[in-house]
Amino acid sequence: MNIAVLIKQVPGTTDVKINPETGNIIRDGVASKLNPYDLFALEMALSLKPASITAITMGPNQAKSVILEAVYMGCDLGYVVSDRRFAGADVLATSRTLAGAIKKTAELQGLSGYDLIICGKQTTDGDTAQVGPETAECLDIPHVSDVLSIDVISGEHITLTANMGDYEQKLCIPLPVLITIEKDVNTPRLPSIKRKYMLAESTDSSELARFISLDDFDNQDASLYGQSGSPTHVEKIFQPEANSDKQVFTGSGEELSERLLNCLRDMKVI
Amino acid sequence: MAYLKVNHDKITPETADKLINLCPFGAITKNGSTIDIGAGCKMCGICSKKGPEGAIEMIKDQPKTVVDKNAWCGIAVYAELSGRTGKVHPVAFELLGKAKQLAVEIGHPVYAVIIGYRLEEAVLELLTHGADKVFVYDAPELEHFKIDIYTNAFCDFINKTKPSSVLVGATNLGRSLAPRVAASVGTGLTADCTSLEIKENTDLVQIRPAFGGNIMARIITPNHRPQFCTVRYKIFDALPEREPVGERKVIKMTLPADKLVSKIEVIETRHKPAEFDISEAELIVACGRGVKNAEELETAKRFADSIGAQLACTRPMVEAGWFDPRKQIGLSGRTVKPKLIITLGISGSVQFAAGMKNSDKIIAVNIDPNASIFKIAHIGMIGDWKEIISRPMEVLK
Repeated sequence: MNIAVLIKQVPGTTDVKINPETGNIIRDGVASKLNPYDLFALEMALSLKPASITAITMGPNQAKSVILEAVYMGCDLGYVVSDRRFAGADVLATSRTLAGAIKKTAELQGLSGYDLIICGKQTTDGDTAQVGPETAECLDIPHVSDVLSIDVISGEHITLTANMGDYEQKLCIPLPVLITIEKDVNTPRLPSIKRKYMLAESTDSSELARFISLDDFDNQDASLYGQSGSPTHVEKIFQPEANSDKQVFTGSGEELSERLLNCLRDMKVI
Repeated sequence: MAYLKVNHDKITPETADKLINLCPFGAITKNGSTIDIGAGCKMCGICSKKGPEGAIEMIKDQPKTVVDKNAWCGIAVYAELSGRTGKVHPVAFELLGKAKQLAVEIGHPVYAVIIGYRLEEAVLELLTHGADKVFVYDAPELEHFKIDIYTNAFCDFINKTKPSSVLVGATNLGRSLAPRVAASVGTGLTADCTSLEIKENTDLVQIRPAFGGNIMARIITPNHRPQFCTVRYKIFDALPEREPVGERKVIKMTLPADKLVSKIEVIETRHKPAEFDISEAELIVACGRGVKNAEELETAKRFADSIGAQLACTRPMVEAGWFDPRKQIGLSGRTVKPKLIITLGISGSVQFAAGMKNSDKIIAVNIDPNASIFKIAHIGMIGDWKEIISRPMEVLK
């Protein structure tokens, strides 16, 4: 069984502001981390060991650190898909890139393809939950979103349970398939310090986290990727506007409490 | 469609430093006497607009093919069937309400598309909620949601009808189906729009939080059709029900037999026990990090109970294990639109605000006068929430 897990490096903070004078985006600190939803995807994959597990991420050179984190958790190796020509990609261009990388990294490892591709439910920066399903479409394989559990996995089929909101579906699907994992369905393990030291001695980190670029892809038409390959464009960014009829009150606790009481009475809540 | 060109002759050590500091994504790095733009670039264009003149240029090349926007007509809404009731999910009625508003501006019709089995009643519901035409894929094979054949049906609708815009409810099902269909027809998709506008040239302006930060983006799909977006439940308003006038336009659609063959076998459908959903609440008390311990949480709960409100929370409260995730308001939780929401000790991140800013009335209580919640609250009170709720609590005793 060969599994790929798609992961992403996201900003460590959501505190992003626009400088009102210059209109520039200000991002406090550049700290970044592994998308927390991906931990559940990694844990789901690792629970299927002794399968071979490849982590794949798309991002700048620094994204190597999330691949190494995944490897220290127990993945066999990982790939950073990095190229300036991938910059500014929307969901569709990102999904095309990941689909290309999935095919290529399997080939580089001498595999005919992965049996199972696992993603987190969504990322904390984009929050779209769309890249998994679109990647599956680009690969022309079925997908299941919001998977709660893998019930049976044999050589050819997978049986799993998916969260559909007010109901659950238990499905049986032939492999290969792409799944996105619902949050909190397992307890992700921590990266192993022991494994980290062991690997540091035995293996060069460039072997554990390998880089590929558009030059490695089968389809190298740059107009399909990055901003050129993105149907959607950000026309403008802006700070959310304030409510125009707002009132803000200060005062002693008692005064404010009386005011709240009056508000609730006016609204007939009390 | 565009790339950034570095004009190396214009790069001096000073301009290089300026550009490096300007880039919000840290994508510009020094390379000897000049600079490099790395893969962290988001193509936001700030370096070309705000940087030293001519240092970095945004070169826009012409798209290979230009879409004929007049060939795509109509604003379509996907109508999902609720798993529990078998009726149309109410988010579809809200989207029909919005679609009608947008369609009037550009003189387009409003379409609904529905996929399933035994759909007579659902079709009538769509007609009474503002659909001008309903396109129906009704077949026994479509009784259960199966991603492959539902995608086939949806793509068939798009290819045959050529709608200018498609709106899908951001339910679990919608968030699985919409991306699949968008990728299949090769168009863009904007998730969880919090507002929609339309331009004269039929471009749909999709507004949502962006870059994982406290900022909003206006997103357009300038050279692709259809324009595709998902919208959460309780963002827009449904139209009042009315008897459809004129002839009822119900179009029965058929798929070739091979497009109805699914690889997926549904072994079991398990309905979860009905529970109260905060999306439906009319009155909500929401707690944030200003609610510091179990005792304070109990106080907040008593306050909510005493005014008959549902208790809800922010993401950190769920992460702390104090609340069930289903009680979380925000982009990664539920969207709510109550008559009144009272927030206690919530600073108001854009992600939280996205889940509640359409509430009829927002009363925010927070000790920090600079909290961004006060920008969206109708009534803000700066102080300790425990003191401020004390008078109403006394009266209610």
